[in-house]
Amino acid sequence: MFEYAPAPESRSVVDLKPSYGLFIDGAFVDPTDGDSFKSINPASEEVLAEIAEAGAPDVERAVRAARKAYDKVWGPMPGRDRAKYLYRIARLIQERSRELAVLESLDNGKPIKESRDVDLPLVAAHFFYYAGWADKLEHAGFGSNPRSIGVAAQVIPWNFPLLMLAWKIAPALAAGNTVVLKPAETTSLTALLFAEICQQADLPPGVVNIVTGAGDTGRALVEHPGVDKVAFTGSTDVGRAIARSVAGTRKKLTLELGGKAANIVFDDAPIDQAVEGIVNGIFFNQGHVCCAGSRLLVQENVADRVLESLKRRMAQLRVGDPLDKNTDVGAINSAAQLERIRELSDAGTAEGAERWSPPCELPERGFWFAPTIFTGVTQAHRIAREEIFGPVLSVLTFRTPAEAVEKANNTPYGLSAGIWTDKGSRILWMADRLRAGVVWANTFNKFDPTSPFGGYKESGYGREGGRHGLEAYLNV
Amino acid sequence: MSERVAVRKTYKLFIGGKFPRSESGRSYLVQSSNVSLASRKDARDAVVAARTAVKGWAGATAYNRGQILYRAAEMLEGRREQFVALGVPGDEVDAAVDRWVWYAGWADKLAQVYGGANPVAGPYFNISAPEPTGVIAVVAPERPALLGLVSVIAPAIVTGNTVVVAASPSEPLAAVTLAEVLATSDLPGGVVNILTGAITETAPALAAHMDVNAIDLTGVIDPALATDLEVKAAENLKRVLRPASADYDWFADPGLGRMTALLETKTVWHPKGV
Repeated sequence: MFEYAPAPESRSVVDLKPSYGLFIDGAFVDPTDGDSFKSINPASEEVLAEIAEAGAPDVERAVRAARKAYDKVWGPMPGRDRAKYLYRIARLIQERSRELAVLESLDNGKPIKESRDVDLPLVAAHFFYYAGWADKLEHAGFGSNPRSIGVAAQVIPWNFPLLMLAWKIAPALAAGNTVVLKPAETTSLTALLFAEICQQADLPPGVVNIVTGAGDTGRALVEHPGVDKVAFTGSTDVGRAIARSVAGTRKKLTLELGGKAANIVFDDAPIDQAVEGIVNGIFFNQGHVCCAGSRLLVQENVADRVLESLKRRMAQLRVGDPLDKNTDVGAINSAAQLERIRELSDAGTAEGAERWSPPCELPERGFWFAPTIFTGVTQAHRIAREEIFGPVLSVLTFRTPAEAVEKANNTPYGLSAGIWTDKGSRILWMADRLRAGVVWANTFNKFDPTSPFGGYKESGYGREGGRHGLEAYLNV
Repeated sequence: MSERVAVRKTYKLFIGGKFPRSESGRSYLVQSSNVSLASRKDARDAVVAARTAVKGWAGATAYNRGQILYRAAEMLEGRREQFVALGVPGDEVDAAVDRWVWYAGWADKLAQVYGGANPVAGPYFNISAPEPTGVIAVVAPERPALLGLVSVIAPAIVTGNTVVVAASPSEPLAAVTLAEVLATSDLPGGVVNILTGAITETAPALAAHMDVNAIDLTGVIDPALATDLEVKAAENLKRVLRPASADYDWFADPGLGRMTALLETKTVWHPKGV
């Protein structure tokens, strides 16, 4: 492999403030008890800013502001006018996309080429897509008079901070709800920049509120009696706790939880393309993807060939500075996540799987983990059962399509799956049998605002994206 | 000549297409008949039967499922007088027959209405289709005993789910008689399983069961029990259909909600190109 000269994206497009308040009722405000925490750049451990930590009184203020905006402004507003606000937001996101992409990579650790070419275009596309629904709800197939729900409490994860924000806020607003959103504590900055965009768009105060903080803030928000709808994306354990906490209430709930997707490669698959798909499936966004193809199921007779190509391809991956335009794999989002990835990888070795990583130099500061594969994995191994949420692939083999289906479905999760084969009838046969919400055939990790996304079984309930994504925000 | 002595009917459970007594050997008295008092073990047996039936039923063609639901309507129509003799009002039986017919027609249409092609911004074939969630536990409404029961069973099974139903404890005779209708409707054994007895005994076992995919709490009247069942259901993230409001009109057009709440949406992507 030849060396590329460094091609760093400029940080100068981003104006970071030393500290950020909460965004409530259209203004940035200080938290009641003055608590804050630091947001750091995971690639360098440099402190980026002080972020306000919202307590219960702040959540109370935010929910009240959202309720007022719902009752007085946003709920009664004609759909065509809500649409125009959403179009404005979408345009502003496009206009400021470079700034947003750089900030996302700084705060999250993901490579700039991904935040610039994947995250930001999709964020804008989601606002455009749902803007178009705002004045057409009666045509969405949920009856002739679909009604909004009220105030939505939304809690999102750190892996795609802006994209998850867009997935939550765009359909909620289009359907006529107001929102209180809590971003993840390690990645609040782009949500706060989004709050500025809401101001720039003259969005009425209280329609979008953003409360920053950690688990306690999220809990206070989800359990607040004044919210009518809870939407959560994150771990299955937290999802379970939320499902318990809304039991017996009138709150409507949707959950997008973990996954342990099978990426299934048959012997007639175009091997080079499949290898690209495997790499994209598990190393995209450092494997911090709930629908990552973290279990490779490869047909036994081509396993050696696939593994050889895969290893050669993995040796080409450039790990390092997220702001370098040549970087393929960036930083792990936090020390805690790095610890979890290490623990599960060590368990893989201890349980008898064989570990391999390409030779690669990792930066000294920051949180880093080399792309890793485990071979000789059995279905009983922890690395085959638990979601690692990192750049770690477990490789298993199979002989027949029926065995592939059996192994793929042998998980409590059911978010996504991949199939690689030249044979169309086999794709359709497999797709019918895989218990997963999204099935990618001869491709992987594709997303689009028109396309419903969500899980079966313990990967959660409800769909985001598409016409189906509206259902979560309407009384149907 | 003495008058003919009638053969009395034994009211039993309906599990896996068979009519067993409760494994507990218990029964309770309703309208001078002893009705099986299902146990937690019966509930678990019913889940096993329902799970076993999923593959064949979900894999059946929509046309075939529609035919079988329509057949259930035919069988129910033929037994109209039997239900009237049990005290079910005639117009309720008629409504129950009509409801089977209404849902039968959805079998091969719902995927067209609820699924579809997604126009993604790229060279991909992308389609979303509804699929059954799996095994559904259902607490049927207390009354109307027959129409309520049909109104919760038909939307769950028409799309390929299988059900374990806790029938109305106060009016179980209509439920057992409906089981006889279903047993003669070409419905594969295990697609519908009906338990009679105490909701407080069977429902918690079903809500906590790790091999049940969704729970329909429509008939749970006690809010504390409903909350408890919902908390239990969170353990494996069962889909939950919350209790119906007290003034729910069972005779009105039911809409699609009861079907769609028990469906998953699967989205399949494939590249387009030459």
